[in-house]
Amino acid sequence: MLEDKDRIFKNLYNDLGSDLDSAKKRGDWINTKEICNKGRDWIIEEVKKSELRGRGGAGFPTGLKWSFAPKKVGAKPHYLVINADESEPGTCKDRDILRFEPHKLIEGCLIASYAVNAHKCYIYLRGEYYNEGIKLQNAIDEAYKSNLIGKNSSGTGWELDIYMHYGAGAYICGEETALLESIEGNKGQPRLKPPFPALVGLYGCPTIINNVETIAVIPTILKKGSKWFSSLGKPKNTGTKIFCISGNVNSPCNVEEEMGIKLKDLIEKHAGGVVGGWDNLQAVIPGGSSMPMLSKEISENITMDFDSLVENNSGLGTAGIIVINKDQDIIKCMARIARFYKHESCGQCTPCREGSGWMWRILERMAKGEASKDEVNMLADVTKQIEGHTICAFGEGSAWPVQGLLRHFKKEIIERNNFNPLVKNSKNIPYLIDQHILEEDIKNVKS
Amino acid sequence: MSIKKVSKEQPDKFEFNQDNLNLANKIVLNYPSGKKKSAVMALLYIAQKQNDNWIPLAAMKYIAKFLDISYINVYEVATFYSMYNLQPVGKYFIQICTTTPCMIRGAYKLVDVCKKNISEKENELSTNKNCSWTEVECLGACISAPMSQINDDYYEDLNVKQFENIIKDILKDKKPKPGSYRGRLNSEPEKNRKTLLENKNA
Repeated sequence: MLEDKDRIFKNLYNDLGSDLDSAKKRGDWINTKEICNKGRDWIIEEVKKSELRGRGGAGFPTGLKWSFAPKKVGAKPHYLVINADESEPGTCKDRDILRFEPHKLIEGCLIASYAVNAHKCYIYLRGEYYNEGIKLQNAIDEAYKSNLIGKNSSGTGWELDIYMHYGAGAYICGEETALLESIEGNKGQPRLKPPFPALVGLYGCPTIINNVETIAVIPTILKKGSKWFSSLGKPKNTGTKIFCISGNVNSPCNVEEEMGIKLKDLIEKHAGGVVGGWDNLQAVIPGGSSMPMLSKEISENITMDFDSLVENNSGLGTAGIIVINKDQDIIKCMARIARFYKHESCGQCTPCREGSGWMWRILERMAKGEASKDEVNMLADVTKQIEGHTICAFGEGSAWPVQGLLRHFKKEIIERNNFNPLVKNSKNIPYLIDQHILEEDIKNVKS
Repeated sequence: MSIKKVSKEQPDKFEFNQDNLNLANKIVLNYPSGKKKSAVMALLYIAQKQNDNWIPLAAMKYIAKFLDISYINVYEVATFYSMYNLQPVGKYFIQICTTTPCMIRGAYKLVDVCKKNISEKENELSTNKNCSWTEVECLGACISAPMSQINDDYYEDLNVKQFENIIKDILKDKKPKPGSYRGRLNSEPEKNRKTLLENKNA
């Protein structure tokens, strides 16, 4: 287990208060000027050496991302955008940073802005986090008042303004280019890439977009050193991470732990174990709803880091762990996740707009045992038609959980759904067909 | 994509009151000059707050003029995002998260409480007209499931009995206390917390 001295978010549960004075006691805003004075190249190099990977889901190396920003400011200003549109089912880590450790985030904003030459930083907050937004704004106001940010931020001579921008309940705005569209006052529909936001982003200017947790750990990494950070966790999967453990556990909680901790340890030590005991475990979704589920057998020994989860056909994602025990109907659980994606698809690409609805409807019928045998393969095919055929990763996010279900629970689905359509026997109808036509054909065959 | 219905009954006119006008002018300054359009989301929120928690078409036209953009630009934003209400909702607007993490901890039992005590269907006003309810997607408080958002506040770690009491209070126009209903501190594990104990006892 990680020692308390190595935990970055000391106020994760708000034992100590989130105001500026309390934050300073925890080490925030100390030596900020000295860090900036070491220069952009040093900061980016340290972040690279720490091997920090983005905490928003994709796990892209942060230092590398920062180095994509143009070295010199040209005709267009640079922007830093913080993605606080946390809406991945199973994930609620950024919420605690926003309300209890806002100064870590703001200090991180200053250092990151300095490193990528940005004078303006927008924090895109999900609309539902209204109260968290008020707390964050208070912290921003405190920082302005104490000259920690503003015209001469923390005495560095760097000018930085931080603004908040509320979203309004669209999951897709967590996708970085949809988020930029949303800040620009448009519908949140992702842009084609390339060009990548680092060169053409907000208002067409170079823009670096990072998750809240990524930015909030930056000051501590630079203060304690990249060596300290990279000594935690596993190679290429370094540091600490906030895990959110929800679902059928005895004590659901957020906890900061070392990367590469065993999933079973997280569930048993921190979250009080699976409801009904470990043997009552059915499946675990390891990284927010987009990541394919793991079976009980895999969950037994898996470690929680980017690479080992990818080896097991899943991913760390946002580290939102959803534990599902045997009291739940696993098909129904996934049907509900499919409904989420159907509701949240932005509607821009056809495979996602139509496919997410198809997956939902088929899964709902499968949960009730009303699907035919063929539809199991058809469902698998639909996921393949969506995956890789959309502008953004939402397509994968909606298809992967269904693929995970088919990978581990195909037997259960087939046992429940053994309906064999009449028409299939008499006519060779391709299976991607409208239901009403199928039903009419059944009538014809009967008559 | 969610389907949004626009209210049939619409007021003829809408204008920001003086306070909101000042606020709107301030928000526009958050964005670079010439990029006033960025303020459209914030202005829709202001209009919604001023107009009893829903946005009439007149407000969209007003905002379009205010920001110097076309009416359809405002309309497409207002219909895209789920948090803009385009028809009247209750003074107490109850949103129940029913996405999987909440579902497996009993969110649909909370839905039943709403059906029984407020209205059979979603988005219908209660008989005394002061509240309405709706099912929503993940609200980002999964470790506190099942939970509900009432106006701006989160009500967490609920059970059926407590939620019934909350609804009863609301029907009597009393605002219940937000936060965890199992009395735990934020997102700490309820039993056997093993981390940051020094801080807890400090």
